[in-house]
Amino acid sequence: MPAVAANTHLKLLVVDDSQFARNRIQRALALRSVRKVIVASNGVEALAVFQREQPQLVTMDLTMPQLDGIGATTEMVRLQPSVRILVVSALADKATAIEALKRGANGFLLKPFTDAQLNDALTLMMRALPHG
Amino acid sequence: MDENDLNVLVEGTVRYFENSVARAAAVGTPYLLTERGQAVLSDYTGLIGVSGARRGCIYFTAPSAMLRHILLSHGETEIDGRYMADVVGEVANIISGNARRVFGHDFAISVPDVFSGRPAAGKLRLGERSFVIPINWRQYRAALVVSLAA
Repeated sequence: MPAVAANTHLKLLVVDDSQFARNRIQRALALRSVRKVIVASNGVEALAVFQREQPQLVTMDLTMPQLDGIGATTEMVRLQPSVRILVVSALADKATAIEALKRGANGFLLKPFTDAQLNDALTLMMRALPHG
Repeated sequence: MDENDLNVLVEGTVRYFENSVARAAAVGTPYLLTERGQAVLSDYTGLIGVSGARRGCIYFTAPSAMLRHILLSHGETEIDGRYMADVVGEVANIISGNARRVFGHDFAISVPDVFSGRPAAGKLRLGERSFVIPINWRQYRAALVVSLAA
């Protein structure tokens, strides 16, 4: 995956089985550096889109059919270690957050969230990108 | 399921509406479903299966007008039945998932199973002690139904 100069043309992949949740994230997004948003509705579809589009940022739901967010996160990090993954989930226990981080996620945002919380969390993710 | 468990879900429901739709919901006193003798079902229902230390289900059921209002409040304009089913499932998912803050990792929840009207035979299996948490949001009446056994 090519490094992105100053992170000004980032792609964000939004993974969630709920259309409402996907739209909620897209509508809340207020980051100029994110130039393209793509979506997937389960872990299997997410991996296919991930390999095709090579996004630098991912928001990842956990509870999804076919392949859950933990499995998808593990595979994405294996394919592209520099990807930054923000888990966006309703699962509020510490063990789940710790497991996601162990598998390579870089942050955890609990649903429901405010627009500011989402943008702050993604901004933190972007700072950690190569050339960020 | 005891009173403390029920309070976790009541508080989670209150918190969801406070944080998600910019207007608090009035959550009524929970009551035993068996005392009323009839299932509580509205236009759309999001059903979450629960396994682990607690077993059973939780469902959120709401009228289509309320779901439409929620979607409009989030800026959605193209609203159809499929989208209302989606949002009712997401509300059920968030309230149930947030309960793991207290119930812990062993409170395993399924992906939402959504339906409109009456469920298909066998889909909705309630235990002997099922509680209804009435939810009043704006002029609408919805409910969270909790049927869990330890």
